[in-house]
Amino acid sequence: MKTTIPVGPYHPLIEEPELFRVVVEGERVVDIDWRTSFMHRGIEKIAESKTYDQIVFLVERICGICSTSHPIAFCRAVEDLTGTRIPDRAKYIRSIVAELERIHSHLLWLGLAGHYIGYHTIWMWSWKYRELVCDLFERISGNRQSYAMLKPGGVRQDIKPTEYKGIVAAMDELEPKINMFIGAVLDDPVILARLKGVGNLSREDAIKRCTVGPVARSAGVDIDVRRDYPYAAYDLVDWKVITHEGGDVLAMAVVRLLEILESVKIIRQCIDQIPEGPIIEEILEVLPGEGIGTEEAPRGECFHYIRSNGTNVPDRVKVRAPTYSNLPSFRSRFTGERVADIMIILASIDPCYCCTNRVVRIEDGKSIQTLDEKRMLEMSWERTRALEKSIPHASGRLLKL
Amino acid sequence: MINVDPVKTLQAKFPDGLLDVEERSSSRVYVSIDPAKVTDIVRFLFEDLGARFIIATCLETRAGMEILHHFSFDSMGVLVSLRAVVPMPEPRIDSIAPIVDGAEYIEREIMDLFGVEFVGHPNPVRFLLADDWPEGVYPYRKEHKDKYPYRSEEELEDIREQIRQRGTK
Repeated sequence: MKTTIPVGPYHPLIEEPELFRVVVEGERVVDIDWRTSFMHRGIEKIAESKTYDQIVFLVERICGICSTSHPIAFCRAVEDLTGTRIPDRAKYIRSIVAELERIHSHLLWLGLAGHYIGYHTIWMWSWKYRELVCDLFERISGNRQSYAMLKPGGVRQDIKPTEYKGIVAAMDELEPKINMFIGAVLDDPVILARLKGVGNLSREDAIKRCTVGPVARSAGVDIDVRRDYPYAAYDLVDWKVITHEGGDVLAMAVVRLLEILESVKIIRQCIDQIPEGPIIEEILEVLPGEGIGTEEAPRGECFHYIRSNGTNVPDRVKVRAPTYSNLPSFRSRFTGERVADIMIILASIDPCYCCTNRVVRIEDGKSIQTLDEKRMLEMSWERTRALEKSIPHASGRLLKL
Repeated sequence: MINVDPVKTLQAKFPDGLLDVEERSSSRVYVSIDPAKVTDIVRFLFEDLGARFIIATCLETRAGMEILHHFSFDSMGVLVSLRAVVPMPEPRIDSIAPIVDGAEYIEREIMDLFGVEFVGHPNPVRFLLADDWPEGVYPYRKEHKDKYPYRSEEELEDIREQIRQRGTK
């Protein structure tokens, strides 16, 4: 018998209210549908009444975690429209800020993923190390989130040479911790049993469903905006695109962990190579036309399209956030999975998380049971505990519940 | 993905489907297409050339509703935007969702916000707007700019008449 489980309208994990209708047969998921926009902010429409400089602050507020990615994509669209070339120093500053953001975003994801499967140690550790990056942001920009570093034509604030030492010191502190993390996550048999083979996404499906970012790379699709459409200082430093096979939750965790190490490498080189000079190329005039800007956000490709009518206010701004492209992959990913794994699979594409309200279970059109956040988490943790019992010598490797 | 020049290949394959090709820079190409040929061209780009569908953009212009399908050739670093202009007041274009899975949501979104009909869409139900939102009111069209709460068509016609009588300054 088929049963529909609505996950939402306040999503257990995503801060935007969204509704997933998960159709299950017994313990296994057979289909999923998505409904959104319960709190549509109309940012594209608001942008049609703001000037180009103001929109940077507006798009910065699309996402609290990707708060550099959207401004970079928007600024690149304005620079594409006006044919502006940004100064070299601004390129390096953009790369440093974007990579610091990637590190803290991936650590945030890792912590939450640990929480959902009942490994609270991972959660505490990774959020502790994320503090290093947030503190750096506070020193550089004055804010832990929403840094307001970007401006069309360059960057709004400089990174002072006196800050370089602190950035390098934080990277030196972070790198061994990440290596320790990789070892701890990949050596734990329960985590492997819990994540490996869960929510599989084949390479063909990843391409067919137009996925981007770590979701695509974990399924073996070798795409990365930083390399394919070089921007900022990514073509001036040495780094590599991380890909993995399988597309399951474990593959996504591995891709994100290894990407943190690449980000550390990029930041170190940027600090070494950053030249002196101006940080902004003033844009004096915007002619009628159109521009496209893309950016590799922690979650995948951000896409901004601008149509200008020659005034200081654009005619149309189109924003495509990475999660929009990664959501269709759920249809392949969920089929045949357990209800207890819903949490971690929904979390796996790293949508913007949030607090939960409720999940109602409906059978034969009548609501019979309410699953709240606590119950969903308990279901997930119970599965981890059951796995622990079945795997010998598993206990004691990481602190459990 | 096959490493070929996407523009030359398109021009050879669809000699009468492309209306205009504009290579803005080495990584940005805008191709104006005949709206009737959109499914053929998208199928060729997506299935034969292996381009990645990024998103579709809709915007209202004087010529009609302009629908852009953005495709990325990642291994070459070329972004191709297909531009199809469909006439108002009843904008209609073939759906590409049966070919490109990732286009299903954005077409439903454009349907809600701009009132463009996507012919052949597998699931043409509301995506963003609430179920009790009035029929025929499209919030992202220009006529609704600065007019919230929205006005009826009669009120809009009155305002247009007043503007006509006053004349432009």
